[in-house]
Amino acid sequence: MKILVCISHVPDTTSKINFTDGDTKFDTNGVQFVINPNDEFGLTRAMWFKEKQGASVDVVNVGGPETEPTLRKALAIGADAAIRVNTEATDGFAVAKQLAKVVKDGAYDLVIAGRESIDYNGGMVPGMLASLIGANFVANCIGLEIEGTSAKAVREIDGGKETVSTSLPLVIGGQKGLVEESDLRIPNMRGIMMARKKPLNVMEPIDPSAETNATSFEKPAPKGAVKLVDADNVDELVSLLHNEAKVI
Amino acid sequence: METIEKELLRGGQFLVKETNCEDVFTPEDFNEEQQMMKEAVIEFNDREIIAHRERFEKKDYAFTEECMRKAGELGFLGVAVPEEYGGLGMGFVSTMLVCDYISSGTGSFSTAFGAHTGIGTMPITLYGTEEQKQKYVPQLATGEWFGAYCLTEPGAGSDANSGKTTAVLSDDGKTYKINGQKMWISNAGFCKLFIVFARIEDDKNITGFIVENDPSNGITLGEEEHKLGIRASSTRQVFFNDTVVPVENMLAGRGEGFKIAMNALNVGRIKLAAACLDSQRRITTTAVQYANERKQFKTPIADFGAIKSKIAEMAASAYAGESASYRAAKNIEDRIAIRQASGNTHQEAELKGVEEYAIECSLLKVAVSEDVQNCADEGIQIFGGMGFSEETPMEAAWRDARIARIYEGTNEINRMLSVGMLVKKAMKGHVDLLGPAMKVADELMGIPSFDVPDYSELFSEEKDIIARLKKVFLMVAGSAVQKFGPDLEKHQQLLLNASNILIEIYMAESAILRAEKNAKRIGVEAQEEQIAMAKLYLFNAVEIIKKNGMEGIISFAEGDEQKMMLMGLKRFTKYTNYPNVVELRNTIAEKVKAENKYCF
Repeated sequence: MKILVCISHVPDTTSKINFTDGDTKFDTNGVQFVINPNDEFGLTRAMWFKEKQGASVDVVNVGGPETEPTLRKALAIGADAAIRVNTEATDGFAVAKQLAKVVKDGAYDLVIAGRESIDYNGGMVPGMLASLIGANFVANCIGLEIEGTSAKAVREIDGGKETVSTSLPLVIGGQKGLVEESDLRIPNMRGIMMARKKPLNVMEPIDPSAETNATSFEKPAPKGAVKLVDADNVDELVSLLHNEAKVI
Repeated sequence: METIEKELLRGGQFLVKETNCEDVFTPEDFNEEQQMMKEAVIEFNDREIIAHRERFEKKDYAFTEECMRKAGELGFLGVAVPEEYGGLGMGFVSTMLVCDYISSGTGSFSTAFGAHTGIGTMPITLYGTEEQKQKYVPQLATGEWFGAYCLTEPGAGSDANSGKTTAVLSDDGKTYKINGQKMWISNAGFCKLFIVFARIEDDKNITGFIVENDPSNGITLGEEEHKLGIRASSTRQVFFNDTVVPVENMLAGRGEGFKIAMNALNVGRIKLAAACLDSQRRITTTAVQYANERKQFKTPIADFGAIKSKIAEMAASAYAGESASYRAAKNIEDRIAIRQASGNTHQEAELKGVEEYAIECSLLKVAVSEDVQNCADEGIQIFGGMGFSEETPMEAAWRDARIARIYEGTNEINRMLSVGMLVKKAMKGHVDLLGPAMKVADELMGIPSFDVPDYSELFSEEKDIIARLKKVFLMVAGSAVQKFGPDLEKHQQLLLNASNILIEIYMAESAILRAEKNAKRIGVEAQEEQIAMAKLYLFNAVEIIKKNGMEGIISFAEGDEQKMMLMGLKRFTKYTNYPNVVELRNTIAEKVKAENKYCF
């Protein structure tokens, strides 16, 4: 089985988010980047397939050279090879187009993407990719078993779970549940050393034009101070909710 | 390789040579692989150690062992071990950074880690025969076996060569029988192998042996010691009662044990400095996070000058510690590479490479172990009453920090050793101290220049001060050597003063060189806080050097000589433009507050 894991290069969740150029660009200064957590669950599941059932695992990212450390971390965790499509990841469709080319060229059976990346939270890429390559698609995937060419996937649905059967070729939009947090791997020292020797192929993009462009960003307004109202003082609470918060 | 050799300072030479900032390695120089290693270690520390901190405080020795096994699985134990013996054969800087970032979770684990990878494994990789290395090192590198180091005895602590443990050769010449009692043995409770030092007949020096831990071979353990800190580090006595060891398990030659013990400690010392660094970062981060949250008088306490001052000092001392530790680590790595290129085996190269910088190793051990203690102390203070409670991490950090001033040679021994080694190097002609010391003596007699130098360039005044602080050391130590000759070693208080001067010079210079290098490559504005930390550190260093210089001078010089030297001290420690340290501290603290962490 040939598996491709899509890796987004995203700011660490604890990063301070700021914008530059009149709120049109994300300020990467001092920001630490990591593998998108949803993708990391997928990568870890892919490693399980590789080790228990036999599979090759490649990782791919659409982005500039600055994303290579993130790809190399995936190699250190155990992926066999990495591909970087050398263009800025603008909108979801632009990324899906690039990925479709990679999947077709590499004849992958299973593509594991995260349900969304935690930076812009578009959540569109896996579905678009599946459509572009004519593969089956499972969104919000929290469990995946493969046997031969058939797949059993568990989806998170509102308030419960849905189990679906499908077949390869398959694209999933995965998340926590594919594996648990405690299963996530810390790259070992030998893996880090080996990562240097594994292939990281840079591909030029096909038609990198974007269909949508971000024109500005806005941060949520800072939270105001909290007012504590004594439990006995219901009148004051009601008055504050009515007059100040204007919610009742 | 030649260019490295040309630029590379010898051990102790920092005192008489000026270093260019381009020639020092700084933490900002970590390559991508080192960066990835650092992140992996931090992740391990967060997930496996810090998340279970209370288990260490409850003396869960088995858990320490479990964490060590996990560290072994991730390859952390074999970083320094050559590849042919199952390790990763990484450079000295990489081994330092693993030791650095793995050590901040709890002193219990960092002690187990340090004892195993340093003094438990290194004596074999550095001094073992090929057979010994093949037989023992792979298991140690992977964490299948753990090692412990048996040097200290009830009657032999700082005086390590005075141990009473004996090794007696059997009649057939095939085995030694070891008898004796060893004390404060880290990892004793779960190790498979001991490095044991014992005396053969009436030898002047002790001899090292590799002894497998086998209770049926006369090895028994005392109860776990109950300690102020590092509570889950297994620390027990080890008794050898007619323990039979094959002659081929002798390490290096007969009587070589003291040398092994000392050289293993050189590595241990710089690694111990590394092991105190991330604790400082983490304590500073935890403290600033609390200070940003905690409100008194309707204001986050981080906004108060009294707290800002602490945060800035904590950050500046961590910054200087990092700067000096990685500067020395890279010198060692380069020296090892030079030696290997000139035909030394890896083993010889590593030994000589570290030995070359034994002075720096001692200075760092002392400086950083004291900095982490102060940092933890101020950490508690920022937390106020909460800091005194077991519920916050400050209390354990403070207790754990305490041992670092004692083990790997007490700070007093290391202080005296650093000056002693430097004087010896000068006597042997390895570092020319005499020439520069004579020049300083001449300068004292001459008329001082009243020209005001051009201090407009970044750090020009600070570098000038560093050059003059070096003169303080040369003046004090030079006169003391002249006065006392070999008897200098009996004047311990004077040696402590001299060493304090040396420490502050090395730390302050390293901080300035790092900030200068970063300012040059990233820009002065972007490095405003690093520049402030270097300046603040130097300001404090000058004050320490003034005091120690004065104490030293008064202790042995009288009359006109004393007067002249005290005037020299004043001249050498003078600022033309005093930095506004309050502003410096505010600059540093504002950055740390805004980032809500130690962010350098």
